[in-house]
Amino acid sequence: MKDHKEQEAYQLEVRDVHLSFGGLKALNGVSTGVKRGEIFSIIGPNGAGKTCLLNCINRFYRPEKGRIMFEGRDISRLKVHKIAALGVARTFQNVELFGHMTVLDNIRLGGHVHLKSGSIAGGIYFGKARNEEMAFRRHIEERIIDLLEIEQIRKKTVHTLPYGLQKRVELARALAMKPKILLLDEPATGMNLEETEDMARFILDINEEWGVTIVLIEHDMGVVMDISDRVCVLDFGQKIAEGKPREIRHNEQVIKAYLGEEDLAYSRLGA
Amino acid sequence: MDILLQVLVTGIATGGVYGLIALGFVLIYKATSILNLATGAFMTLGAFVCLSVMTGAGAPFWAALLATLVFAVVLGLVIERVILRQLIGEPIISVIMVTIGLAFILQGLAHMIWSPDYRSFPEIFPPEPLDLGFAVVPSGLLWGFIFALIGTFIFILIFKFSRTGVAMRATANDQQAALSMGISVRRIFALSWCFGAIAAVIGGVVIGNISGISIYLGDIGLKVLAVIILGGLDSIGGAILGGFIIGILENLAGIYIDPLVGGGAKGVAPFFILVLVIMVRPYGLFGKEIIERV
Repeated sequence: MKDHKEQEAYQLEVRDVHLSFGGLKALNGVSTGVKRGEIFSIIGPNGAGKTCLLNCINRFYRPEKGRIMFEGRDISRLKVHKIAALGVARTFQNVELFGHMTVLDNIRLGGHVHLKSGSIAGGIYFGKARNEEMAFRRHIEERIIDLLEIEQIRKKTVHTLPYGLQKRVELARALAMKPKILLLDEPATGMNLEETEDMARFILDINEEWGVTIVLIEHDMGVVMDISDRVCVLDFGQKIAEGKPREIRHNEQVIKAYLGEEDLAYSRLGA
Repeated sequence: MDILLQVLVTGIATGGVYGLIALGFVLIYKATSILNLATGAFMTLGAFVCLSVMTGAGAPFWAALLATLVFAVVLGLVIERVILRQLIGEPIISVIMVTIGLAFILQGLAHMIWSPDYRSFPEIFPPEPLDLGFAVVPSGLLWGFIFALIGTFIFILIFKFSRTGVAMRATANDQQAALSMGISVRRIFALSWCFGAIAAVIGGVVIGNISGISIYLGDIGLKVLAVIILGGLDSIGGAILGGFIIGILENLAGIYIDPLVGGGAKGVAPFFILVLVIMVRPYGLFGKEIIERV
């Protein structure tokens, strides 16, 4: 009974998801769930299937078996572009921005999904579509740009920006979708210490001020352990642990997955 | 001097028409990275459909043009749906080869339906040429130019300012990101093929008006290929400017070089310039330079 209640509390739930590429089992029966309003991290060694899982949630991949429920609805058979409209936004491991457009245009495209007028009427900015667009623009200009501190670069073409800022713009674009849940694929990779700290602060702000649920893949353990409510550990396509950061930190299986069998002995000796 | 001005004016008018047809290539290439070598065949079919509606059903030109546009949309949708969607994920070069095959099939179809006879459009526009004082523009070319300009202008408006256009640009830039923004990439592909087909059939009708219709009308598509490679495959501005450059150059060559070499220069000049430009700028004048940083 208690178990049942727990399941209902999940905003996003992954049930027994299988995915393979040829003979390689990328995901082998992964089940987990994300509660509304939490910061949920997925960690694991390279090739553990973290991004695969994100791609399944986001419907870039279609799992062979298993279901993915978002707010009580099975989304694993939906069309890819429908996922965004449900309120699922994401960023990518290798920044996927519209490089030849300005920062502002990129952010505006994030709002694409929320312009409700039909495609013909909305085809050209008139009437309803125009008003929605204007209201939307004000909204994003005030809040997102402020929050992510990208005021100075709004008119810049994206591919001229340094990597750290591009990551920030990508986050801004995802936010412009006014998502209920935000999937972040290694937002702090390739950043220096200061940029990483900024990014962690942004994620916390988005989570707290905007009430957006965060699913985070990150290799920087400092960030993960600092900001996560719960952590899920994948290894070779299987979930090996899940729990609060401090539980994960001392979980033997996790340490083994990261350091290998022999090093575990040393690390225990060291401790 | 008079001749020079006349040549320039003729060149610009021709170039406008090339620019519109070039858009047919570019709109499809930008969104889908496919070079549609069946563009010429689209033109031929468009011209024939327009002519048939006019002579067969006795419809006025505007109605025939409308019918041709509807035909273009259907043609674009069917080809995208039936042929190209099956080829998603295949190497680009095979897809391009398929469009060549498609060109032959469509041309054969035109041959079967309309026979290879040469035909001319009924008189649609007032036949008086426009006298600019320093140069004279023949009626067909003048109206063709006007049509091409309107078409080009509409396409640019859509592409630059409409939501659909923004979605097309986004798709062209990064399909994954576009998908994650809630843009249906399939719908954008279908739309691009429709737009491409529309640009091509308008071009076909215009060319048919200027120089008559035969199943070889679409051969001009090859010359337009030079235009887009010159301008940059993925640049709308490049397509238009490239159209003018090729239009002017071939007319200049026709007047000044043809007499010296005994003819033929008009046909060769565009390609000669093309080779020179490509040697200096392999991505075309305005094409996106793809720089891989490793």
